[in-house]
Amino acid sequence: MPASEFQATQQTSWMSRNKLAITPWVFLIPALIFFAIYVVIPIFQSITLSFYEWNGLYDADGNSTATWVGLENYKKLWTDPKFWVSLKNNVLWLFLFMLAVPLGLFIALFLNQTVPGMRFYKSMFFFPFVISQVVVGLIFGWFYNPDFGVVGSLWKMAFCEETTNILGNVTFKCSRTPPDILSSSEYATYGIIAAGLWPQIAYCMILYLTGLNNVAADQIEAGRLDGAKGWKMLWYVVLPQLRPATFIAVVVTVIGALRSFDMIAIMTQGGPHGSTNVLSYYMFETAISEYGERYGYGSSIATVLFIIMLFFISYFLWRMYQDEKGGR
Amino acid sequence: MFPRPIEHSTPAKRTSYQAFLPFALILWLLPLLAIFMTSIRSGKDINSGNVFGIPTEWRLWENYTAVFTQSEAATYMLNSVLITVPTVAISVTLACLAGYALAIYKFRVALPLFFLFVAGNFIPFQILMVPVRDMSVQTGLYDTIAGQFLFHAAFQTGFCTLFMRNFIKALPFDLIESARIEGVKEWQIFWFVVLPLVRPAIAALAVLIFTFVWNDFFWANVLTQGEDAKPITAGIRALNGQFVNNWHLVSAASLLAAMPPVAMFFLMQKHFIAGLTMGAVK
Repeated sequence: MPASEFQATQQTSWMSRNKLAITPWVFLIPALIFFAIYVVIPIFQSITLSFYEWNGLYDADGNSTATWVGLENYKKLWTDPKFWVSLKNNVLWLFLFMLAVPLGLFIALFLNQTVPGMRFYKSMFFFPFVISQVVVGLIFGWFYNPDFGVVGSLWKMAFCEETTNILGNVTFKCSRTPPDILSSSEYATYGIIAAGLWPQIAYCMILYLTGLNNVAADQIEAGRLDGAKGWKMLWYVVLPQLRPATFIAVVVTVIGALRSFDMIAIMTQGGPHGSTNVLSYYMFETAISEYGERYGYGSSIATVLFIIMLFFISYFLWRMYQDEKGGR
Repeated sequence: MFPRPIEHSTPAKRTSYQAFLPFALILWLLPLLAIFMTSIRSGKDINSGNVFGIPTEWRLWENYTAVFTQSEAATYMLNSVLITVPTVAISVTLACLAGYALAIYKFRVALPLFFLFVAGNFIPFQILMVPVRDMSVQTGLYDTIAGQFLFHAAFQTGFCTLFMRNFIKALPFDLIESARIEGVKEWQIFWFVVLPLVRPAIAALAVLIFTFVWNDFFWANVLTQGEDAKPITAGIRALNGQFVNNWHLVSAASLLAAMPPVAMFFLMQKHFIAGLTMGAVK
């Protein structure tokens, strides 16, 4: 009797002693399991799969038909012109998308006033971000249409003459044919990036508007007393205080640029002749194509994209780690 | 305030600023206005080049109802709701629990685990695509509503946990300390002390995740095939093929697809922006 009693008290005391060590796991486990199944484990599966060739099928016994090919997929990538075009376009996206940060700041500065109705204007300027990229892609696809889109119509106003023939049919004579942006392998990517910038600028704008709201008024006043104005004030007094907003704007813009998929799928599907492909779309197209699944090769493209992203992720995490150490 | 408040400027400057504002807004939203104008006119107008002018026939009602009667748009919309709502519920719930654990308890792997959730947020979807698709096919979740919301919920748990953990970390820790001293159980602290305080964070996450998932296009293509489980974003693309050269109908369908997040944004603007700009100020 005494022995078991002793054990019981020891047990409860073990429980209570370790209560603070066990409880967090109870709270964490559902999220961890879920996240592991759908996010963490698939990353490793994809990387493994990139060393295999697999059409996604299973044999009668339920075993995967994948065959090990070593670095074959990566060797193939190295000589695949479509891969290099996609990579080049990714770089282009990354650089041009960065324009969203200064442009967002510019609009935020323009809107950071307190005239009546300002709230309405701010939310309307933010509007493009709320709309899905699919819709933005459709809007711009139509916008760029040379026959009846906005670009085409403006072009007609500027360069075309309307003539009505005897039968009453209206025809246009143009001194220059209107540009078909999305059908040109030279300009299509720029057209898509411009469309993508629209919501991204709105996002950066809202980050900066919030940042500007919290800029210390006394520092601005002190700057004014020291004779700082305009650009100087912006560069030396305001921007340093906007650092957290700039950091987040850069993070979301990098991620947005490397994740660009929806607009390309909607506007050009990687065409014409693969000229607008980026890694994310090329991977999708390769892995699930009309000619049968190529999971292995697709996974190798995904792995390359993942490694590129990993550089940025490491940098972001390092920055966050510095903040964690510094703060609190 | 920077730039210098306009009300301190000359009246002339102030008036010109206020006069320029609507003009700038129209320019900014020109693509959207153009597509709205297209969605309320007839196909004849578009073919004859009347894009900006006054429509010859006003077809607001006809075009928008045509989207529903001539296509599967209603099914797509319903699917989007059925995918989005459970995603929000699951991911926010899991994140409340996980965020609480990561913010309140000091244990060795708290920070590495937190960074795992943060990193998961930034990875390209493509690195998950093949295994998730394969797993869904194997488990019969491919081409179903559940297959989509389970994935979205798991993925969005990363962002939600990041958000919740930082929000809870910013709460005064004394509250939890004093509750512990009073002998309140840990789950009671979570339920009665912390949960009521994180309500604004829950609201912010709910609107954000709703918008993110509603607007998803990639996973809709990876995890569905037929019409039965397709959400509106993927449906729109199908409509685009079906309504070839009926730009007035495509426009109307696009605007309809954009409506729910837009409504959500205007109804919960404060929370939406607070959520989106978290971390933009120190």
